[in-house]
Amino acid sequence: MGQTLTEKIFSARCGSPVRAGEVVMAPVDRAMIHDITGPLAIQKFREMGGIRVADPEGVVILFDHQVPADSIEAAQNHVFMRMFAEEQGIRNLDLREGVCHQVMMEKGFAAPGEIVVGADSHTCMYGAAGAFATGIGSTDMGFALKFGALYFRVPESTRVEVSGTFPRRVGPKDLILAITGDIGADGAAYRAIEFAGETIRGMNMAGRMTCCNMAIEMGGKAGLVAPDRATWEYLKDRRQMKPFPLDADTDAVYADRRAYDVSDLAPQVAVPHNVDHVVDVGEVAGTPLDQVFIGSCTNGRFEDLREAADVLGDRSFSEKVRVIVIPSSRDEYLKALRAGLVERFTVAGALVEAPCCGPCMGGAFGLLAPGEVSLSTSNRNFRGRQGSAEAKVYLCSPATAAASAVRGEITDPREVG
Amino acid sequence: MPGRKTVQKRTIAMANPPRVWKFGNDVDTDQIIPGRFLTIYDPRELALHAFEGTRDEFARLAKEGDILVAGRNFGCGSSREHAPLALKGAGIRVIVAESFARIFYRNAVNVGLLPLVCTDTSGISDGEEAAVDTGGGVLVAGSRSYPLGEVPRFLQEIVAAGGLVEYARGLEEVMTCQKTTRSR
Repeated sequence: MGQTLTEKIFSARCGSPVRAGEVVMAPVDRAMIHDITGPLAIQKFREMGGIRVADPEGVVILFDHQVPADSIEAAQNHVFMRMFAEEQGIRNLDLREGVCHQVMMEKGFAAPGEIVVGADSHTCMYGAAGAFATGIGSTDMGFALKFGALYFRVPESTRVEVSGTFPRRVGPKDLILAITGDIGADGAAYRAIEFAGETIRGMNMAGRMTCCNMAIEMGGKAGLVAPDRATWEYLKDRRQMKPFPLDADTDAVYADRRAYDVSDLAPQVAVPHNVDHVVDVGEVAGTPLDQVFIGSCTNGRFEDLREAADVLGDRSFSEKVRVIVIPSSRDEYLKALRAGLVERFTVAGALVEAPCCGPCMGGAFGLLAPGEVSLSTSNRNFRGRQGSAEAKVYLCSPATAAASAVRGEITDPREVG
Repeated sequence: MPGRKTVQKRTIAMANPPRVWKFGNDVDTDQIIPGRFLTIYDPRELALHAFEGTRDEFARLAKEGDILVAGRNFGCGSSREHAPLALKGAGIRVIVAESFARIFYRNAVNVGLLPLVCTDTSGISDGEEAAVDTGGGVLVAGSRSYPLGEVPRFLQEIVAAGGLVEYARGLEEVMTCQKTTRSR
């Protein structure tokens, strides 16, 4: 009987065949903690009697949710984590690099066949690099810090096959929103989602990251793309690693199989207050907006910003909306800067902020007042996610966000540019 | 942990008798504890802000031993452990739901909350008197009783220890890749 990609990874790391449903204490290749979940993870590590972290080389500390520190409490948390990093000899990227998930990918901290955990639910994004990556809580992270290993129940998998060529101004975010709408907020609960098919193969790493990032929005434990030329090309300058074959067997057993064709896909929007409440943009076109956020681990990469800038052209953003653009990392910021995108967005009326989670954190800045409406390229539109519980958040692609920011209302990007 | 000066902490009264706090499907962690309170780590201080903005009376009125009952996918969203901690700080010890989001479920077990699955919670009403018999695997609410599922075997040891911290404290090292029994 064949194995899924997830079963392959756990079997290889455990040295013997492992099947979905089995519980294993598996080695953790890399662990990431940030400024929100890190302090508690460190406290739990100590409460567990932890003195030295099992594998300091494998741990990454960085700050992205509240940077630069937006409160004295946040500043104290940063100090606390810096001291821990120094004491343990752990790599601390501090607030220099950007949103944790983007940074983990671009520094090559996740690679094919590895098991990576992060104390953040969107850790599933690193499946784009062919790793099994999953979000965990702070106490589990304390355990992983102490032992360099963690209990995993090897998940069943949902196979998602995608075919067709994207129409103009429709892309990976529209695809993953459509898939989320179809599978539902818990339709892949406790499962790994394997993305495959010609459309995924033809997708760049940025697009694959967008898809894997949102596996959690279907309850997924991980989202993965089997490594191919694009993966190894991406890793070439980031890791000293010889490419090796890794893919699911053709006779692997899946809990669910889904097929999608993007040829006729319209731009998608998730409407308040559930990520799986997804409609074609036409159904909500004309909805007046107060704020547009282009950024986050889901859609703050150069490719996303370039798409938004293409739609914007030489227009200005509507004065009715506050437009906040946040590149997801220092590297992505520099790419946008060098390509003239930072200037373009700024001239058009946007605030271009330094890399961080921004409004998606719902506690730092860019918060919404009661009754306000936001359109966002991020991953969650939960009630209160970006400020007041009486505000509304819609989710969309960078193209739809840019077009809507130009008009001041939700707009089909194909009508603008 | 940073030496925060705690301004206010919730005091918990014993519920007599315990009541049901009923919630619907897809209750996410942003509702349980909004992002702006994530610099707080003390359960009783977090509890002051549980469901703030979406169900304000919970933080005011929940008592020790009250039971939270929900529909499907309880705790979806963020990995923030602040969510189960806030509920624990409010006095909740047992959560009964038709299903749980994965990370919340693990976090709940790890911090010593008991998440129990009940196939159909639709007949259970908000405010009903309720009691959970964990030994017998039954929730009694109003005049009816509802069967509850078991915690997966590999997590039972953690529950029995009182949470992952207590479980891990006694361990010097772990054997990786030691397979345990199948579950769920």
